[in-house]
Amino acid sequence: MADWKDEVEEIVFDGKICVPYSWTVGSTLSKWYGIMRDDAEIWANRCPSCEMVFVPPRKKCIYCYEDMNEWVKLPGTGILETYTVVEHPEPGVYPRETPFIYGIIKMDGADTGLVHFIEGVEPDKVKSGIEVEAVMSKEREGNLMDIECFRPVD
Amino acid sequence: MGNRVGIIGVGQTHHAAKRLDASGTELISEAVSRALDDAEITLDQIDAIVVGNMDHFENVNYVDMWATDGLGACMKPVFKVTTGGTTGTTLGACGYYHTGSGIFDTVLAVGWEKNSESDTQAAIATCANPVLERDPFAGAIGPLATEYSMYMSVYGATQEDAAIVAVRDRNNALNNPYAHNQMKVTVEDVMNSPMLSFPIKLLDICPRSDGACAVIFAAEEKAKALCPRPAWVHASVVRHDYTHFGDLEWQWMPTLERASEAAYKLAGITDPLNEFDVAELYIPASTCGVKWMDSLWFCERGGAPELIRKGTLEMDGQLPVNPSGGVIATNPIGATGLIRVGEAAWQVMGKAGDHQVLDVNKALVTGFGGCSWSDVMILGADLP
Repeated sequence: MADWKDEVEEIVFDGKICVPYSWTVGSTLSKWYGIMRDDAEIWANRCPSCEMVFVPPRKKCIYCYEDMNEWVKLPGTGILETYTVVEHPEPGVYPRETPFIYGIIKMDGADTGLVHFIEGVEPDKVKSGIEVEAVMSKEREGNLMDIECFRPVD
Repeated sequence: MGNRVGIIGVGQTHHAAKRLDASGTELISEAVSRALDDAEITLDQIDAIVVGNMDHFENVNYVDMWATDGLGACMKPVFKVTTGGTTGTTLGACGYYHTGSGIFDTVLAVGWEKNSESDTQAAIATCANPVLERDPFAGAIGPLATEYSMYMSVYGATQEDAAIVAVRDRNNALNNPYAHNQMKVTVEDVMNSPMLSFPIKLLDICPRSDGACAVIFAAEEKAKALCPRPAWVHASVVRHDYTHFGDLEWQWMPTLERASEAAYKLAGITDPLNEFDVAELYIPASTCGVKWMDSLWFCERGGAPELIRKGTLEMDGQLPVNPSGGVIATNPIGATGLIRVGEAAWQVMGKAGDHQVLDVNKALVTGFGGCSWSDVMILGADLP
């Protein structure tokens, strides 16, 4: 195949459109994030039908489509169910410098997993099944980073 | 033709420029809950779900994944549809295809959009070919403005003709509690509103809205068992064309001509102005409410301005168009076409409230997307 680039310069366009996005979190998560920001507490909600407890909370039970109006306060502890150690840097995508650990925490009192960062443990020492607890941020703004991270319980 | 299918329930949110009280998922659940209530059924009776929006309007990909709790889709077959402005009517077509195929008995179609979460105009500009036409021709208004500019010069249509359509749809919306824009306007108000892109002015064009709509389709026996007066689907036709803006036919709309011609044939319609009792048309700008009437075979090409001036398409005219206020009043883009389907179904079912047209037997629905795709659906009170 003849290389067309021998005769023609290849041209690439850069995009100019920048779309600013924002997201309304809604009635359920407004309450959840509000409590987290103002009281430094993590709450969950329970399905009145199947009694499954969701954290993060849901507007409707995923399984029963019931309104989730029963709220319960969680103690902030849980078990690290699974994790990964991120080694390869992706500037602009990852919020932390590599290496860092994130995982899924099954919080005590809840039936679902919460995704968050794991700190206070060396990457080569972390393992599934360890007990962890939430560390709340000092400056809280009403978002998921109001939980600074989860760390192993001493 | 597939099996017979009837619409048995419709639900929509109260639409607004900004629904800060509800996330996208919560808008979806509001519409779904209302549709289930309207049909007097529960989610257990839904066999499959189709959902649609424009991903890049909210920068949230995979609504079919993260909005499962709002949709009630867990462990159900769920399919996502995105076809630009036609997303909503394509959702209607998919709801119909799913049930009409005989594979599912009851299908929930859900369209939604939260336009307040981004810059719709910038996002929509990405539909234009990035290396050819995006720079000079991007955005929602440009293609509509240029087509009416040509229509005016060829057929003698005027900006006032378009203003009459804007007044009709906007004032009709005053009778619809779900409508986003609720403003009483006159032709003078429209003519004096700021020019956006000649000849389209602010009051000629649709808003961008937050909202959702859900419509429940059921196979014949199911529909008869569940609903005293289903809105039966008599035809559902989709036509896309080859598109570069520079090549489009601007004097009439080939996709709408072909889609409506095919739909009329399926439904046995030969005189649309007389045979339809109501129409919910996807008219994104009042100018389209003039020009596109030609392409629905309501008149000869170039005849639309006269229909508009005579009031043929007003609430008290021969064929009431957009009793709900249409797209010019309410435009949550992924839901907009499905609202047309739902509103037409309500008209057939006799559930349209203060904007109900008396004794609706046959209703016409259109959807518009890309530039220029057309969907046409025909609903009827009698079995097809």
